[in-house]
Amino acid sequence: MSKLKVAVGFLATFTAGVALATAAQARDLTVVSWGGAYQEAQKKVYFEPFKKAGTPMNDESWDGGVGVLRAKVQGGAATWDVVQVESEELAIGCEEGLFETMEFNRIGGEQAYLPQTVDACGVGAIVYDFVLGYDKDKIKDAPKSWADFFDTTKFPGKRGLRQGAKTTLEIALMADGVAPKDVYKVLGTEEGLERAFKKLDTIKNDIVWWKAGAQPPQLLASGEVAMTSVYNGRIDAANKAEKKNFGMVWNGALYTIDSWVILKGSPNKEAAYKFLDFVGKAENQAKLSENIAYGTSNKDAPSKLAPAVLTDLPTAPDNMKNAVEISVPFWLENLDRLTERFNKWAAK
Amino acid sequence: MTAAFVAGADASSEVPLKRRLKRAERTRRLKALALILPLLLFLLFTFLGPIAGMLWRSVDDWEVRQVMPHTVAALADWDGKDVPGEPAFAALAGDIRTARDAGTVAIASKRLNYALNGFRTIMSGTARNLKALPEPGTAKDTLIGINPAWGERATWAAIKSASGPLTSFYLLGALDLTRNVDGAIVAAPEEQAIYRDVFGRTFTISLGVTVLCLILGFPVAYMLATLPTGQSNVLMIFVLLPFWTSLLVRTCAWIVVLQSEGIVNDSLRWIGLIDEPLRLIYNRFGVYVAMTHVLLPFMILPLYSSMRSISPAYMRAAASLGASPVTAFLRIYLPQTVPGIGAGSLLVFILAIGYYITPALVGGAADQMISYFIAFYTTETVNWGLASALGAVLLLATLLLAVVYGKLVHGQQVTGGMKN
Repeated sequence: MSKLKVAVGFLATFTAGVALATAAQARDLTVVSWGGAYQEAQKKVYFEPFKKAGTPMNDESWDGGVGVLRAKVQGGAATWDVVQVESEELAIGCEEGLFETMEFNRIGGEQAYLPQTVDACGVGAIVYDFVLGYDKDKIKDAPKSWADFFDTTKFPGKRGLRQGAKTTLEIALMADGVAPKDVYKVLGTEEGLERAFKKLDTIKNDIVWWKAGAQPPQLLASGEVAMTSVYNGRIDAANKAEKKNFGMVWNGALYTIDSWVILKGSPNKEAAYKFLDFVGKAENQAKLSENIAYGTSNKDAPSKLAPAVLTDLPTAPDNMKNAVEISVPFWLENLDRLTERFNKWAAK
Repeated sequence: MTAAFVAGADASSEVPLKRRLKRAERTRRLKALALILPLLLFLLFTFLGPIAGMLWRSVDDWEVRQVMPHTVAALADWDGKDVPGEPAFAALAGDIRTARDAGTVAIASKRLNYALNGFRTIMSGTARNLKALPEPGTAKDTLIGINPAWGERATWAAIKSASGPLTSFYLLGALDLTRNVDGAIVAAPEEQAIYRDVFGRTFTISLGVTVLCLILGFPVAYMLATLPTGQSNVLMIFVLLPFWTSLLVRTCAWIVVLQSEGIVNDSLRWIGLIDEPLRLIYNRFGVYVAMTHVLLPFMILPLYSSMRSISPAYMRAAASLGASPVTAFLRIYLPQTVPGIGAGSLLVFILAIGYYITPALVGGAADQMISYFIAFYTTETVNWGLASALGAVLLLATLLLAVVYGKLVHGQQVTGGMKN
């Protein structure tokens, strides 16, 4: 998800100023999400039914960026109430005090949600993965793990990886035999880093680096790469919309969570909790997964789904078994340093 | 302003002509200024202002100063030789408590993490575990008890180095330099020293693209300038069509053409020249091809306009005086195209060093230019200090090149032996 933080930040400050001059004190609940096909699905299964149930609300979309939220909250014109944020925005915004503390007793209690989706400042909205994607029409003998991804003798062809240190280093370590649960422990050491880069060296000349989420399915479709790391939703979309025959390997998948937060000082807190309670219910979340291949946060949501739908979701028990969560604290601390290091390695 | 007109004819005899002329002149100048005032203001607010802001950000060091004022004050006369004493620890404990309540710990720890990797964890852990202000005299033991890192000189040196109000940290970082614990400027750790390479890469690629554009563009411009108008206009459309097509479209078209199952590779395979597809994209070759194509019109148009003004009579004169075609071209024609070559080259070069989309899409990980890193730090990790510093270095290098260009081109201008 690309972020024009600066432009958006400026715009947000500007609109916040305008809004300050014109805002009516009593406004309806405003919910903000990521736009595109995802928000369409949310409209259908969350927003419209919620409105019908009797609470007026509006929805807007945004492109992310803590700077935007900061402008909204500190500008004193919070025109948004409930916002869906990525994991790093959740962490930084929570540290900066931009969000209300999440009162789980008002949205069904902590025990209703997967433990990874419970946070002091927010509640999980969706779970999505980086998986190993390949073209079933070209590779008959399905790869089973990241180790196969690095095996260019058994599976000839180029490999697609996301450009940068994040996700690439984790994948390299898992390919080298590190268990998913130990990935960040190993990556936190100098030897672990060396090990990851050494593993990457073995296929360095066969890697095609992608930058945007839309690229990996194209790389697969054009035959440029035999396998690639890819967002699971994109594989699903390519199979549904373009009649492709792509496969996914959930073993060693890297997952991350987007969360709902309530902006600090929201005048619509009552309605906001009502909304979060509504979208936190298992039966409503199940409807979202039927429309778009994302996992959700309620523990009981998977049990309400048809088995065929469930097998392709990040939150299916089998798919979660060997998955690792992309570590926010690790990358907040190390992204700049490891980006420099990654580029040093790439230029060698 | 209107005094001259109100005064009328009889007053004009009393006011000397010189002064009236001057007044009229001044009125005209003011009117002219009023006409360009909107543009000046526009430039000031949208161009000069932001650039000044960017330059300021590359030296501004406000985070730690704002979040931890007492600690900064307590360290003001610390000699840096040993771990500071109890007062500094007490100030730090107070600052951390205040920052935690205000929710500003992250702001300081982000900046401190640049100075010392791992500081984020030290700060957030300390903020979490410091339940109350320590009793007077116990701050040092309490903090070291929470995290042994507080008992190390490097931790405090990092705070001191980030105390502001101004810092050379980001600008040094953009040049692969850093300050060690004692404050001396040293080379950055080997595995993190990338920016000189990236700047070098940026200028190498830009120079290569400029040379390629010149080699390809010169004959085209010559043909356009010498053909009869009707034919040259038709050809001009071929030059302008890609010029008017979106940059993104042209870049993606090259991906389709050059990819391993693309048009070029398939044709070569079909002819039987190759068995394995050649790697033409996601590497340096692809960057050169796509960028040269995208920037070619910027070379052709200035060359064309300078060639149009060269009279064919000169070449005929040279031939009639016995010069061979090559001599005539080298000594008569080429020198007259120098302004066009200069303008085209400078335009292409300056556009190329700031290119982002094309190298990002058709280059590999080792072909990313400086713009990629500026974008990365601006949007992804919000390290605006480093992003601004990289921008400042790029700006300075560009300005230097422009000055050198000015010296070169204007020093060589053919003025028929008359310097004006």
